Amino acid sequence: MEITVTVNGVERTADVEPRVLLADFIRTHLGLTGTHIGCDTTSCGVCTVLLDGTPVKSCTVFAVQADGRSITTVEGLRTNGELSSMQKAFKAEHGLQCGFCTPAMMLVGKHLLESNPDPSEDDIRWAISGNLCRCTGYVNIVKAIRAAASESKGVSA
Amino acid sequence: MYPAAFDYVAVHTLDEALATLSEGDEDTKVLAGGQSLIPMMKLRLATPTKLVDINRVPGLSGLDVSDGHLVVGALTRHNDVVNSDLVKAENHTMAAAAPWIADPLVRNLGTVGGSLAHADPQGDWGSVMLACGAEVVAVSSSRGERTIPVTELFVDLFTSALEPDELLTEVRVPRYTGPAGGTYLKLERKVGDYATVGVAVHLQLDGDRIGQAGIALTGVGSKNIKATQAEGALIGQVPGDELFAHAGELAAAAADPRTDVRGTAEFKRSVVSTFVRRGLSEAASQAAGQVVPA
Repeated sequence: MEITVTVNGVERTADVEPRVLLADFIRTHLGLTGTHIGCDTTSCGVCTVLLDGTPVKSCTVFAVQADGRSITTVEGLRTNGELSSMQKAFKAEHGLQCGFCTPAMMLVGKHLLESNPDPSEDDIRWAISGNLCRCTGYVNIVKAIRAAASESKGVSA
Repeated sequence: MYPAAFDYVAVHTLDEALATLSEGDEDTKVLAGGQSLIPMMKLRLATPTKLVDINRVPGLSGLDVSDGHLVVGALTRHNDVVNSDLVKAENHTMAAAAPWIADPLVRNLGTVGGSLAHADPQGDWGSVMLACGAEVVAVSSSRGERTIPVTELFVDLFTSALEPDELLTEVRVPRYTGPAGGTYLKLERKVGDYATVGVAVHLQLDGDRIGQAGIALTGVGSKNIKATQAEGALIGQVPGDELFAHAGELAAAAADPRTDVRGTAEFKRSVVSTFVRRGLSEAASQAAGQVVPA
């Protein structure tokens, strides 16, 4: 069936079988490979995208369910050629090693700061508890999201 | 992993949903949050031929108080419950359980009604609703609306009392009518894992004695188990540690756990006993805190 999805602000129309998963639609049909597929069983969270602004595991959503809705992937974080404050913070705080979980972690971080601009370490650990990282032990990821919060506060103050 | 092929229908009104369900058969499934159904389809444990997506039907989501009940719309997401001040004020068992369900991302999509209709013995809401004495409203186009007590909803493993043409539209949880408390205790290996053991408790005081008691168990049988003997032992009694320990033993006897990667049956029974005792103690403290001194 034909679906129209706004992806990172751009309207995209495609013909998909109902059983096509949103993660595969994004990677294969749209060619946006920043959204990763890890466990494929709703556990690891590396396939996280924002669906109408809310983080979801795109391996557990059918693409047809996104018809008429908007999706933000990691490729949508950069604006006007500039890295977002979340991306800069992950770079500055060494919030990644292999980078496989990083797109998801940054999207979850972005959503967290939208509802809670000044999160505690516990708030951050709670928010990323559906996302696995096998490299960092999470310490620098938490630091990076915390740093992005400080940066955003500095800008708005 | 891809599910077997299926037809997909996105419905936009309740009437359209019910009409589509009435045209279907046992292989027609409602798609709500999809956080249990889609993984099962990907593993080909479920192979529905048609999915009826109800996510665009207005009026199926939300939390409200009406007619002595806390009414939970079937499409209410787990995280809506986590973030609800109404739930925090109205029902301690629900408020305690919601943050334990799956993980934050799954909670953004998974629904209360979907969880109950799925009838997974690992479902946390099943135990909460059994302990709180809730009922669900089911609607079909040909037979209208009926109310099903949650005690009659779970028939067996992944089998509910809902007919294939019925849609679960809301859950009705009785409001407290006196000093009351409740909680949900869950042992899990990691965030998002199924419960090794989960225990829901509800207590309401009548004077200085227990007027209502609800205890239900997650993950220790082929469906959520209501520990009726343990509940019965509490009614009319003065709250106390010995009484709660006794109720814990009765609840452990009602459990039917299996030895698996999460632990031995013996261990799980022991956790049930401890969780029931602790949960009742916490619920009693909450209730006592609401008693207005004479």
